[in-house]
Amino acid sequence: MSDTLVPITTKKDWTSDQEVRWCPGCGDYGILLAVQMLMPELGVAPENTVFVSGIGCSSRFPYYMNTYGMHSIHGRAPAIATGVAVARPDLDVWVITGDGDALSIGGNHLIHALRRNVNLTILLFNNQIYGLTKGQYSPTSEPGKVTKSTPMGSIDHPFNPLAVALGAEASFVARTHDLDRKHMMNVFRAAHAHRGASFVEILQNCNVFNDGAFDGILARTARDEMMIDLKHGEPIRFGAEGHRGVVMGSDGQLRLVEVADVGVDALLVHDAHRDDPGLAFSLARLSHDNNSPTPFGIFRDVDRGDYGHMLGAQLAEASEKKGPGDLTALLRSTGTWMVNPS
Amino acid sequence: MTATDHEAPTREPEQISHVVVRFAGDSGDGMQLTGDRFTSASALFGNDLSTFPDFPAEIRAPAGTVNGVSSFQVHISDHDITTPGDVPDVLVAMNPAALKADLHRLDQHGLLIVNSDSFEERDLQKAGYETNPLLDDSLSQYRVVEIPMTSLTQLATEPLGVKSRDSERSKNFFALGVISWLYSRPIEPTVKWVEARFKDLVKESNLAAFKAGYNFGETSELFDHPYQVKPAPLPAGEYTNISGNVALAWGLVAAGQLAKLPIFLGSYPITPASDILHELSKHKQFGVRTVQAEDEIAAAGMALGAAFAGHIGVTTTSGPGVSLKGETLSLAVSLELPFLLVDIQRGGPSTGLPTKTEAADLNIAMYGRHSEAPLPIVAAYSPGNCFNAAIEAVRIALKYRTPVILLSDGYLANGSEPWLLPDASTLPDISVPFATETNHTAKDGTAEFWPYLRDPETLARPWAIPGTPGLMHRVGGIEKEDGTGNISYEPANHEKMVHLRAAKIAGIANDIPLATIVGDEDADLCLLGWGSTWAAIDAAVQITRRQDLKVAWIHLTHLNPMPRNLGDLLRRFKHILVPELNMGQLCRIVRAEFLVDAKPVTKVQGLPFTAAELEAAIKGVLA
Repeated sequence: MSDTLVPITTKKDWTSDQEVRWCPGCGDYGILLAVQMLMPELGVAPENTVFVSGIGCSSRFPYYMNTYGMHSIHGRAPAIATGVAVARPDLDVWVITGDGDALSIGGNHLIHALRRNVNLTILLFNNQIYGLTKGQYSPTSEPGKVTKSTPMGSIDHPFNPLAVALGAEASFVARTHDLDRKHMMNVFRAAHAHRGASFVEILQNCNVFNDGAFDGILARTARDEMMIDLKHGEPIRFGAEGHRGVVMGSDGQLRLVEVADVGVDALLVHDAHRDDPGLAFSLARLSHDNNSPTPFGIFRDVDRGDYGHMLGAQLAEASEKKGPGDLTALLRSTGTWMVNPS
Repeated sequence: MTATDHEAPTREPEQISHVVVRFAGDSGDGMQLTGDRFTSASALFGNDLSTFPDFPAEIRAPAGTVNGVSSFQVHISDHDITTPGDVPDVLVAMNPAALKADLHRLDQHGLLIVNSDSFEERDLQKAGYETNPLLDDSLSQYRVVEIPMTSLTQLATEPLGVKSRDSERSKNFFALGVISWLYSRPIEPTVKWVEARFKDLVKESNLAAFKAGYNFGETSELFDHPYQVKPAPLPAGEYTNISGNVALAWGLVAAGQLAKLPIFLGSYPITPASDILHELSKHKQFGVRTVQAEDEIAAAGMALGAAFAGHIGVTTTSGPGVSLKGETLSLAVSLELPFLLVDIQRGGPSTGLPTKTEAADLNIAMYGRHSEAPLPIVAAYSPGNCFNAAIEAVRIALKYRTPVILLSDGYLANGSEPWLLPDASTLPDISVPFATETNHTAKDGTAEFWPYLRDPETLARPWAIPGTPGLMHRVGGIEKEDGTGNISYEPANHEKMVHLRAAKIAGIANDIPLATIVGDEDADLCLLGWGSTWAAIDAAVQITRRQDLKVAWIHLTHLNPMPRNLGDLLRRFKHILVPELNMGQLCRIVRAEFLVDAKPVTKVQGLPFTAAELEAAIKGVLA
């Protein structure tokens, strides 16, 4: 296929013939639909797209996409996808993972894929629970959570997925949620466009084992006061009338304020392209629970060379300097001697 | 007078058929380099040879202690040899610790060359000597030659402006010079190598020390005369001196060329496998991609991902890493994708003896995965054979779409031998086609791609790589329906798939060479070997047959499946001995598989067998 020809596809082209087997009412359905509706807009071909997942409810996702796909090993999707993306920089590689898959058993692979900036679009479905194993607490579950494995309440301190990603030098970090298809599609589109590793946390409802975990933020009645929509280059404000905002105090701490009290000019202006991840980190840690105003959107989006292309460039450089590989020459490269027939 | 312009030696060399030299010193003394240079000069001279680097796991253990002793043993010969020699004829000991660590290995009338400058009170104390062995009569059985190497090196390098502290670092070249003279080695290869490898004052200092050592041998009259080991009548052709790890890396490069596919190596540093990562990283012009992964699991995962994408996915490791990669191997068995795990075995369990050899990973290679997950196993038997073994392992992986384990070990990895270069044009074509077309027609007439529709002969499934229009498919660890590859929990389908996966691997027996008997077909005793025991078995079989004992020998390069004639061959013999650097792992497998009364000969000291040990084992049966 030539570079100039943009594939024209419809949602149907991206939908596999497999029956979707998530629980009725699962937030995963909305995410699947958002991805399947987005793909035709991206101008890419199903045969050049690969979905790699680990293990968990969300990791069944590749079976439902009519692309190349691999449902792999618990936690290992970022490593396996790294192999796909580094071997074949021509492919679009997506990683589908969950909070247990990416942040518990696979934490090491996630941070290193982000650090290397492998060209992957990583969608982390965060439902703050282990669903497939029927309801144990996860590394993002809130302290005190009572589950089958924590009858007296969890004493684990949870991870903040975005803070982990930013700490791991991620070049693209965003958050969205399973109830707003348009918002998901916008975030996924930007994540796909980013060259390098893109990390997207999707707040996702598990209606069987952790129903309503995010209601404090995402319920229709709560959204206006609880969702902070980050827009690059704009003052950070929220609330039904935009009456609240975020400022940075002289101590470097972010604070929620009434705009009327401080004036619009005092508000922090969001800068997703800032090289220093400090601001994104502060925004990621603005909320510590599911009952406080929480930022959504793109926290960070900076350019840094992507691993697959950099390795490809080294291969090209080696070929240019040494000429294409010559096996006969290689075997003689450390010196040889002749034994003559006696 | 310098070595380069001096004329023919004043004393004629005495011809000897072979010699075993062991260089021993502190880890920082450069003994590996010294041994390696002596080896290279001997290789270029045309000797047959075999080496055995023996060094501690610590990079620099406390200087001067027995724990920090690093040794390099080399056997050079005017005839065909396979082992680095049981007993050194010469020991070069750079300090008391080296003497203490290695003296017991030296031939009882052997030549002992010591750096007498390093036998001061403090040196003796650190090595744990109460009295100076050079002054008491504890060394009286050996021919002892004391040379003040440190101070002679200082004198030789002083005119260049080298500080006395820095001249210390060149004393290994002085030792190399002495031994090069003693065994009439040509000096040009070493001079050229030093000139290419070092710069400025370090280069000058090393050259001065080397030449001073050579001339010291010539003029000091500490030795009656030099020796000469003539070139060996090896098969005619072009040779290079090669270690197992380099041969294995080159074998992988060759496999990529022969398969017309890029090599992708995912690896995590681990002794003694890291040199394969280093070597492959240098050959990017062959389209070889190497990624140093965050851990062993990721290294395997990346290689498997690359295999899914159409590359030759390889991961290299040693014992502990094999444990960590087990789950990825199981997924590869289920996905039925080509994949290669290279295990450079070392002493275990756990960290064990990281720099010492052992061959005790046969069990984990055979059985070290959950559930029923058979895979082919190939084992290299000599440093040079690592090249062919790598190509063979990749061939099987590609043709049968299966993970393969290639076993080597620390002894093969670091040991070296002259290797007759293969004619690259005669190497096999191991390429396999990717699937490009649909392969099934649905009832409604739609053309479909079934990722698990097998080749009836090999039982391999089609390999359709991303980028191929119309063949999009999903694979995963969940059990699949044969043919369609769709998720299936059907009881009968699972049983069918377990049997199919097993039959696919078992069927490879029809695609590997038959086992052959070396030695006396009518013997009562057959030795059955695998891997690096080849060298010691070869030597022991030759020795005992020269003594008119009848001995047969079968050496396996394919451990799963085994050659299809192996059971019939083994049943011919009254006695079967299986020498292994483990507790009898292959022995147990052949007993179970063929109901033969095979007996193990085991050694687990982190060292290869000596020929004498196996000679004794043979005589124990036949005497």
